[in-house]
Amino acid sequence: MTFDFWANIIEDQAELSMLIWAGILVIVMYIARQPAHQVILVLARSLRNALRLMARSVMLAEKQLRSRNREVLLAQGQEHAERFIEREFQRVEILVNRDLSGYPSLQRDLKEQITRIDEDYVQSSEVPPKPPEWLKAVEAVADIPDNGSPVVAKILNDIHTTLKKALEIDLQEYRRANRERHGLLKKMMPYWRSLTNSLNSVERKITGLEQRSIIIDNQMQAYEDIRNHSDYAERMLSSSSLTQFFISGFALCLAIVGMYVNFQLVALPMEEMVGAGSYLGSSNIRASDISALFIISIEVILGLFLMEAIGVTQLFPVIHLLEDHRRKIIFWIMLSFLFIFAGIEASLAYMRDMLASDREALSQLLTGVEVAEPPLRWIPSLGQMIMGFVLPFVLTFVAIPLESFIHSFRTVSGLFIVWLLHILVVTIRFVANLVFGIGRLIMNVYDLVIFIPLKIESAFSNKNTEKEQDKISGVLTHQQETGEDK
Amino acid sequence: MNMKVIAAKGLFITLGFFLLLSLLAQYGCSEPRSKKAVYVLVDTSGTYSKQFDKVQTVLRYLLGSLQSGESLALARIDSESFNEKNIIARMTFDLRPSMANAQKRAFLESVEQFGENIQSSQYTDITGGILQALEYLNETRATEKHILIFSDLKEEIKKGQVRNFPISFDGTHVVALNVTKLKSDNIDPREYQTRLEQWRQRVEQGGGDWKMINDLNHLGQIVD
Repeated sequence: MTFDFWANIIEDQAELSMLIWAGILVIVMYIARQPAHQVILVLARSLRNALRLMARSVMLAEKQLRSRNREVLLAQGQEHAERFIEREFQRVEILVNRDLSGYPSLQRDLKEQITRIDEDYVQSSEVPPKPPEWLKAVEAVADIPDNGSPVVAKILNDIHTTLKKALEIDLQEYRRANRERHGLLKKMMPYWRSLTNSLNSVERKITGLEQRSIIIDNQMQAYEDIRNHSDYAERMLSSSSLTQFFISGFALCLAIVGMYVNFQLVALPMEEMVGAGSYLGSSNIRASDISALFIISIEVILGLFLMEAIGVTQLFPVIHLLEDHRRKIIFWIMLSFLFIFAGIEASLAYMRDMLASDREALSQLLTGVEVAEPPLRWIPSLGQMIMGFVLPFVLTFVAIPLESFIHSFRTVSGLFIVWLLHILVVTIRFVANLVFGIGRLIMNVYDLVIFIPLKIESAFSNKNTEKEQDKISGVLTHQQETGEDK
Repeated sequence: MNMKVIAAKGLFITLGFFLLLSLLAQYGCSEPRSKKAVYVLVDTSGTYSKQFDKVQTVLRYLLGSLQSGESLALARIDSESFNEKNIIARMTFDLRPSMANAQKRAFLESVEQFGENIQSSQYTDITGGILQALEYLNETRATEKHILIFSDLKEEIKKGQVRNFPISFDGTHVVALNVTKLKSDNIDPREYQTRLEQWRQRVEQGGGDWKMINDLNHLGQIVD
C-alpha cells in the first residue's frame, strides 16, 4: 500500500482524499488528546529529570574534584612554604654564623676605639691657667705710695717689665697647650671614623637580619593562611600555579628547541653507526633519528639526576632522602657520565661537519662545479664541537622548569577539568530545560493541529456552563422570591 | 639506596645504550624500507656511441639522488649483450654515508674511464641487455626496479641469436631515454613510431611499466 493508494481513496481526487485523511487524523488526535498530552508530558519530564540527575552527579564530581584540587593545592603550597621558610632560616643561620660570630671581636674593637677616644678626650680637656702666686705681692708693692721717689718708680717699672715677661711666657704656654689639645682632637678623627664604620657595619648586618625576619614573617603568615585553609591562600596558590605553569611551559619550549638543535648535531653522524637507509620496522622512522633521540634523552635523564643529587629539584624522593655524602657520590657519577656523553656528542658534531663537507664535495663533483674551500673553514667545525659539548650541560637545567611544570600541571589540569565539568553541568541543565520546553511545545502544536474540534468543544462547554449558571441563578431567584413571600 | 646499586644502574644504562645501537645496526633496522635499483643500458653501436655525454649527465644525477642501500649499474649494449662482461660498473651503496660517497666517486671514475674508450659494436642486442639487467635487478631484491635504456631502440642481432620471445618484467620500470631518430626514420617517421610502440607493448605485456623521456631537462621524472 503505497502513498498513492492512500492519497487516492477517491479516484482522481487526491486533494479531497488528503483532506479526508487530515480530518480523520484530527478526529483521532482529538479523541487521543488527553493520553497523548500525558505521554508527551511524562516523556519530557522523565528526560528532564534524568538530565537533572546527570547534572547533579556531574556537579557532585565537580565538587569532589574541586575539593581534591584544593587539598592538593594547599598541600603543595604548604610544602613549598615549608621549604621556603626552611631556606630562609638557613640563610639567617648563615648570616648569624658569618656576621654575628665576629660580634665579640667587633665589640672588643669598639671598646678599644671608645677607650682611645675617651683617653684622647680627657687629655684634650682645657686646664684653666692658675693665677700667679706673686700677684698679691705685686698688688701690695703697687699700693705703696711713691711720693716722687725714683727708687719706688724704678721698682715698679721693674715689676711691670717682669710681669709683662711672665705674661708672655704664660700666653705661649697656653697656646702650646691648646695646640696639643687640637693635635689630640685631630688624632681622634680616624677613631671616630672607624667607630662610625663599625657601627654602620653593625647596622647593615642588623638590617639584613631584619629584612630576612620580615620575609620570614610574611611567609609564616602565608603558611598560617595555608594551614587554616583560607580562601585567600587558595586563590594566591592558584594564581601562582598558573603563572608557574606558563613560565615553566615557556622554558620547556625553549629547552625543546635546544634539544632539536642537539638532535640535528647528532642525527647525521648516527647514520654512520646505524646505517642511513635503516628504518624502524616497517615505519618511516629512521633508526639514526631514534638513536640520536636516545642519546639526548639519556643526557636529559642524567641532568635530572644531577639536579636531584645537588638538591635543586625534588622529583625523585629516593635520591632526595639519601644522606648528603651519598648524594655527593651520585652527583659525581652523573657528572662523569655527562662528561662522557658531552665528549661523545662533541665528536659526533665534528663527524657531522666532516660528513657534510664530504657530501658537499661529492655533490660538487657530480655537478661538475669546482668550488674553492672557503677560508676559516675550521670555525664552524669548532663551533659545532663546542655546541655539542656544551648543550648536554645546558640541557641539565631542563630539570628545573620540568619540576615546576609537573607540579603546576596538576593544579592547572585540575582547574581545567573542573571548568569542563562546570560547562558540562550548565549544558546538561540547559538541555534538560530545552527538552521540557520542547515537550510543552509539542503539546501546543498538537492542540494547534486539532484547534477546530477544540474550539467547538470550548463553545459547547461555554454554552453548557452558561445554561448551568442560568439554571443556578433561576433556582436562587426562585428561592429568594418564595422566601420573601413567606 | 646502595651506591653500588646506583653505579651498577648507571653502567647498565650506558651498556644498554650501546647494546641498543649495535642491535639497531645489526638486526632491527638493517633493511631499508624502500630500496631502488637502477640499471643503465647504453647503446654503443654505430652513431649512438657519440651520445655518451648525455649518459654521464644522467648517471651523475642518479649518483646524487640514490641513497645508501640502493643499487646502480651501468652496462653497454653491443653485439652480445646478455653477458656479465658487458657490465661496466655496479654497486650497492653502503649503509654508511661516508662509504657510500666513496663508492659513488669510484663509480663515477669507472664511468669516465669507459667514456674515454668506447668501442663501437656492429650489432645491437637490446633484448640481451634487458635480460641481463633483469637478472641483476632481481638479485638486488630492490622494491623499485628501473631499467634506463639509452638507445635508438633499433635492435640488430647476429644471425642465429634468438630474441623474439616474451620477457617477464615483473613490475620493472623501463625508461627509454634520448631515443634518437635514424635516417630511415626521417624518410618514413612511422618506422620510429612503430619501433617505439613495439617496445612499449613488449614491456607492458611482460608486466612492466614503459616510459619514454627525450628531454633530459626533466631528470626528476626518470626514477620518481
